[in-house]
Amino acid sequence: MLTIGDKTFNSRLFTGTGKFNSSELMKTALLESGSELVTMALKRVDVNSNEDHILGYLDHPQFNLLPNTSGVRNAKEAIFAAELAREALETNWLKLEIHPDPKYLLPDPVETLIAAEQLVKKGFIVLPYIHADPVLCKRLEEAGVAAVMPLGSPIGSNKGLKTIDFLEIIIEQSNVPVVVDAGIGAPSDAAKAMEIGADAVLVNTAIAVSDNPVAMARAFKMAVEAGRIAYEAKLAHPIGHASASSPLTSFIDEL
Amino acid sequence: MSFSEIFRSYNWDDVKSKIYSKTSQDVENAISRPQRNLEDFMALISPAAAPYLEQMAQLSHRLTQKRFGKTIQMYIPMYLSNECQNICTYCGFSLDNKIPRRTLTEKEILSEIEHIKAMGYDHILLVTGEANKTVGPEYFKKAFKLINPSFSHISLEVQPLDQHEYEELIPLGLNTVLVYQETYHQEDYKKHHPKGKKSNFDYRLETPDRLGRAGIHKIGLGVLFGLEDWRTDSFFTALHLQYLERKYWKTKYSISFPRLRPHAGGLTPKVEMTDRELVQLICAYRIFNEEVELSLSTRESNKFRDNVIKLGITSISAGSKTNPGGYANAPESLEQFEIDDQRSPAQIAEMLTRQGYEPVWKDWDRAYGGV
Repeated sequence: MLTIGDKTFNSRLFTGTGKFNSSELMKTALLESGSELVTMALKRVDVNSNEDHILGYLDHPQFNLLPNTSGVRNAKEAIFAAELAREALETNWLKLEIHPDPKYLLPDPVETLIAAEQLVKKGFIVLPYIHADPVLCKRLEEAGVAAVMPLGSPIGSNKGLKTIDFLEIIIEQSNVPVVVDAGIGAPSDAAKAMEIGADAVLVNTAIAVSDNPVAMARAFKMAVEAGRIAYEAKLAHPIGHASASSPLTSFIDEL
Repeated sequence: MSFSEIFRSYNWDDVKSKIYSKTSQDVENAISRPQRNLEDFMALISPAAAPYLEQMAQLSHRLTQKRFGKTIQMYIPMYLSNECQNICTYCGFSLDNKIPRRTLTEKEILSEIEHIKAMGYDHILLVTGEANKTVGPEYFKKAFKLINPSFSHISLEVQPLDQHEYEELIPLGLNTVLVYQETYHQEDYKKHHPKGKKSNFDYRLETPDRLGRAGIHKIGLGVLFGLEDWRTDSFFTALHLQYLERKYWKTKYSISFPRLRPHAGGLTPKVEMTDRELVQLICAYRIFNEEVELSLSTRESNKFRDNVIKLGITSISAGSKTNPGGYANAPESLEQFEIDDQRSPAQIAEMLTRQGYEPVWKDWDRAYGGV
């Protein structure tokens, strides 16, 4: 069980809603994944319509909504979008995404910290998407975020855990849950993130653009579960040196 | 360094001969590299790449799905005016074409909006000729106030404006500006634009810079295929794109692919661009730049559009009218050019769904700009 803010989750697989070829398939795949926290871009949602097709398909007891601010370029826009999301979707949960660079969608650490500080004060449960920067994670923790979401590699790149050395430091130091978000391209990447102690992973592209999103969602579900079990069972760590049968120090006992 | 300076450091004929001298090996290298540069782009648009079209299409398909998923953005043009002070050899709105001129009133704009909203659209592209005195920034401001409440995303394809004029429109809801250089061949540009403000090649060339400085969200680039050698013109478009991406790194970019279409006082294309060549170019752009949006209008045929959406295109229009008032007020008035794909938005959406794509009607929110 994983607790973030005021919610407890059985599944440690969080999912996104973009890039699917239909909302029906999205819903089927997300149900299959077991995911209980689903993020969707505010820009894709028509908050003025009672018939918004994405929201309609996500209206299911399994799913908790995590609106995200994808598309905003600075703290001011993020706060504006967050307040709109809270009012329209009646949730104070927020995935804070500020990536002014539309090419690689890399997060702006300065604007993210400014926005996080203000949004926490305004009563939001803030989950910021950030680079795998251990110091920034501690600063965000001090600001009162509910979890940190460092990237494994650029969004949608499917390149896996390129930042693993820094993720390990973040996980070691963090007092809030660590959700590895972005770049996870294969179930083995998700399993690896869980094995090193991440509290959860967030996956979208790898499921949505596969040839069989429902089967891929199931594969991720199993990988996340396996990775977590392995972490809790304490992995046998590889030993970087040989265990010599004729130790060099055996002579000491003979003195 | 401005783009004008970079542009002046290139010679059209040298670039052209470089493109036409690319070899199979150059193409294979470009396809197999993890990241491509402008030299690779030259190879991908060269005649040497023709035998590799299927390989390029497969790669373009994969790269597009990875970045954009199984979705296609839907947008529609709304022509506000066909008044124009320019003489352009290829355009139905050209000043020397004796056609009835029309600029929509506020009431007419509202009824056009009503018709467009009924089709399901949330992204709109506003188009005019170039008549700065009557259809200039003040007219646009009034139009934006009427249009902004009904659409999440507003694009503009009008005469180039000054930086401060863009800065005044952005808070009113302006998100994207499309400005096509038509051709980067300076001498030919002069021939095709003999009269009017559009004859100023440099002012047009520097428009994306003014937009970048104004902090616009998205800039659309392109050339009109048929005026000059499409390969060389496309190289300069890619050069422009690369410069802009590096300098105005917070701005998004899109590329369009207009081919000359029949119109009043029609111009025969100097250079024909075949369907195969257009597919090659679409794939080349995607392989060169995995993030740029690629847009295709109703100028192209049903069959072509149905097939090319899988090869790199990320946004299409449907049900378009290219005359002011064409949706509700004056369906019979003269079009800027003839459209080919006459299907309704619902029919296009159905076609996309059938092919395993989701038509996306909304992918922006006014709240993001604090509008």
